[in-house]
Amino acid sequence: MQSALSPAAAEAAHIYHLWRVFLCVMVAIYVLVAIVLFIAILRNRNRATDETGMELIAEPKQASERRATHVVSTLVIVTVLILFALLIADFFTGNAIYATPDPNALSIKITGHQWWWEVEYQDPQPSEVMTTANEIHVPVGKPVKLELQSTDVIHSFWVPNINGKKDLVPGHPTTTWFTGNRAGEFRGQCAEYCGEQHAHMRMVFVAQSRDAFGDWLKAQKKSAAEPRTESQRRGREVFLAAQCVMCHTIQGTNARARLGPDLTHIGSRIMIGAGEFPNTRGYLAGWISNASALKPGARMPPNQLSSDDLNALLDYLESLK
Amino acid sequence: MKVSHQAIPTLAAPDEAARKAMQSLWTRPPGLIGWLCSTNHKDIGRRYIVTAFIFFGLAGLLAAAMRIQLAFPENHFLSPDLYNQFFTVHGTTMMFLFAVPIMEGIGLYLVPLMVGTRNVAFPRLNAFGYFAYLAGGLLLWGGFLVNAGADAGWFAYVPLSGPQFSPGHRVDIWADMITLTEISALVGAVEIIATVLKQRAPGMSLNRIPVFVWAEVVTAFMIIFAMPAVMVVTAYLAMDRLANVNTHFFNPAEGGDALLYQHLFWFFGHPEVYIIFLPATGFVSTIIETFSGRRIFGYTAIVLSLIATAFIGFGLWVHHMFATPLPLLGRTFFSASSMMIAIPSGIQIFCWITTLWTGRPRMQVPLLFVCGFILVFVLGGLTGVMLASVPLDLQMHDTYFVVAHFHYVLIGGAVFPLFAAFYYWFPKWTGRMLNESLGKWNVLTLFVGFNLTFFPMHILGLHGMPRRVYTYLAETGWGNLNLLATIGAGVIAVSVVLFIINVLVSLRRGAVADANPWLAPTLEWAVTSPPPAYNFYHPPSVADGQPLWHAPEQRPVVVGLSTEKREVLNTTIIDAVPEHRYELATDSIWPLLLGIVVGLTMTFVIFTAWAIPAGMFFSLVVLYAWFWRGNEPKFIVEAAKPKVEMSQPEAALAAQT
Repeated sequence: MQSALSPAAAEAAHIYHLWRVFLCVMVAIYVLVAIVLFIAILRNRNRATDETGMELIAEPKQASERRATHVVSTLVIVTVLILFALLIADFFTGNAIYATPDPNALSIKITGHQWWWEVEYQDPQPSEVMTTANEIHVPVGKPVKLELQSTDVIHSFWVPNINGKKDLVPGHPTTTWFTGNRAGEFRGQCAEYCGEQHAHMRMVFVAQSRDAFGDWLKAQKKSAAEPRTESQRRGREVFLAAQCVMCHTIQGTNARARLGPDLTHIGSRIMIGAGEFPNTRGYLAGWISNASALKPGARMPPNQLSSDDLNALLDYLESLK
Repeated sequence: MKVSHQAIPTLAAPDEAARKAMQSLWTRPPGLIGWLCSTNHKDIGRRYIVTAFIFFGLAGLLAAAMRIQLAFPENHFLSPDLYNQFFTVHGTTMMFLFAVPIMEGIGLYLVPLMVGTRNVAFPRLNAFGYFAYLAGGLLLWGGFLVNAGADAGWFAYVPLSGPQFSPGHRVDIWADMITLTEISALVGAVEIIATVLKQRAPGMSLNRIPVFVWAEVVTAFMIIFAMPAVMVVTAYLAMDRLANVNTHFFNPAEGGDALLYQHLFWFFGHPEVYIIFLPATGFVSTIIETFSGRRIFGYTAIVLSLIATAFIGFGLWVHHMFATPLPLLGRTFFSASSMMIAIPSGIQIFCWITTLWTGRPRMQVPLLFVCGFILVFVLGGLTGVMLASVPLDLQMHDTYFVVAHFHYVLIGGAVFPLFAAFYYWFPKWTGRMLNESLGKWNVLTLFVGFNLTFFPMHILGLHGMPRRVYTYLAETGWGNLNLLATIGAGVIAVSVVLFIINVLVSLRRGAVADANPWLAPTLEWAVTSPPPAYNFYHPPSVADGQPLWHAPEQRPVVVGLSTEKREVLNTTIIDAVPEHRYELATDSIWPLLLGIVVGLTMTFVIFTAWAIPAGMFFSLVVLYAWFWRGNEPKFIVEAAKPKVEMSQPEAALAAQT
């Protein structure tokens, strides 16, 4: 689901290998220190009192002090050597995960907002650029370049199964890379405290075969599906007449605001509310009516819709596959 | 050799009437006003210790509430807004109002006794330092109690803490509290450095200073270099936020930089960890020496490790920023320096274990806490080496793995030694012993509870749980380990309650403590428990690092200091050769008044920058009275040089003076 210990990309795998090396070394050192400490306190314990109750303070013997000095000096040298070896392992892993980027990589621009992720699939042709939210699909085996930026506070992009995290610092756009090596559905979430709903700034991450990814991207690039039923048509009217259009985009309609997530294919998403709720009719209805009741602090204002309007709107949104 | 539990009689021992006169000379005036005027380092130190422990308890209660909230997925015990205040106030209190002040407070109490002097170098400044600290604590918690608790995390990253994303005054309170507590930290540092460098007992050359005193001095120097960075950064933040100042230090839209904040903050923030940890290693060295019944192994190596830690500690702040967009080359440097700091810590641990190995350890409660410290801290140190690696840090940074790591190094590295220190010095502070069997339960519950709480957090972090989340979804599978951690927190609470019971009961009914109940080697055990107001009627002189173990039948002392004025002996920095007598300032109300003025200034600056000039004016008025002629201390250089009356080995030293 979301774990640094089950890598799904080359980068996370490199880090995982380094982790195992460090873990073995650290466990060995810890066990040794603990054993030596126990022997040290147990071998001569409570032998410091003579019969008169006057306690004895020992003057250390010179020979044993010299021996101890040799042992401690050796241990210090061993410590330095171990640290140096770890540093070299660290260096090679660092090189591997920062390998020179592939110019043909799939490029995705991710913008952090309080508290959701805007995801933009780049394309040399502006008309082919596709925008979605809180859900990232990538093809397995193809290098992916993430261009990260934030326009409000600092967020941190983290999907533990694919790579380490990267901070989105306003004024410092940055990039990170990975190449997925197995398919699966994972979760990621913001790792830098970003305010009231930091805990629920999550995302869905889907690694899939190149074919499946190609199909998904093609579908997502299309404009929104035209309403097919009367209710869906009415739902679209509700959407365009209500305050929804102040913040949201649905490609192929007049709704083009970009304050909130792009809803062109909202019906195809796995989760809503930045990865907090499954995309079911009930949660969608609750979210539209009063988002901050479901998620305290959420920026989307409540909507007072008649139940007929709400149902029509839900029909429409669910049709946007 | 034989060591006595009783105070060793001194040469030129004063009679009872002389002692009484001296006691009344050094005792503060009676009543509440007298209490507020006190400049005795023992009064001030005790105030710091008690106040800091109260803040420890309060911040612990916040932690307990957070653990209850996290015990189950999607729990509704705390709202997100409240939870965010809780973790911010918890972290801020533990770092600024508990850990640093309690380490300095214990230092201010013990250092003058351990170096054989009667008070700190600048007694009034010392009193002021406490009031500044108290004002900071009241400001933070006063704000918290009226729902204006800081909520941007204990490092309050911009832009989240900036004017746009944190309207209201929560962050202003946090920033101004920092200024007050850091004034106090700087004051304490100045006191300790001046006292140790200039007021040591004759014969206590640099290589005979107790390790704890070394730790306090090194820490004090770190404070002097680290604290200004955080005062600057919080002042910038406050100026960015103040409507009538409105600077843009951290506003990227106006050419400011959010990363500048992180650099300045962590340039303070990382040394801060060692500012907390080094005094604790001083406790550990002291306690291991006493309970092993032999002088500490590798004194020079330990002292050099302290100094090396202080230097390296300023060279690794960027490991808190590995995930930010920084150039790669710099990161490798900081990776190497972060690993390097394991070396001096390793040297200290090797020396401690060797001391125990070659000594005859007496398994009493302070030593048990120290063993707990080694077991917990070493684990925290090893995970610290993991976090020094950039690739590993990118996975673990800002997760529960880091939460586990820093609790292992801070609770393991500071709170375990602190409890050891409480049990060890409690008899000196109060004249009563703490109960030994209750103490053993205290160790056991703290050790078990601590590991139960924090060990699972390593695993949670690796499974993707970020820190500072008020709740988590059931689908993440983090529920069981979180529940375990919450149960562990309950055990820690039991341990702290046991300790408080032990203190309250022992204060009334504990066994009466002798001057030197643990057969310790250092000078604070040469005087009665609790010590008289003047500490030493005649300042002692020493010939090695364990004066009470190697003392002759009667201790050689310094005679010739005034019995009518509060005089101390000043000695040279390196060899502690007597130089001159120095009269300390008397008790005074002005430090309190200056504390009130500074406290009010930093409170009103939340609302308007005009508080600064107004505060400066009133400070000037108070300082004018403070330094009124006639209050001035006097140097007496030639008129009557103190005479060191000594037995054999010190004769050579006396000849030099």
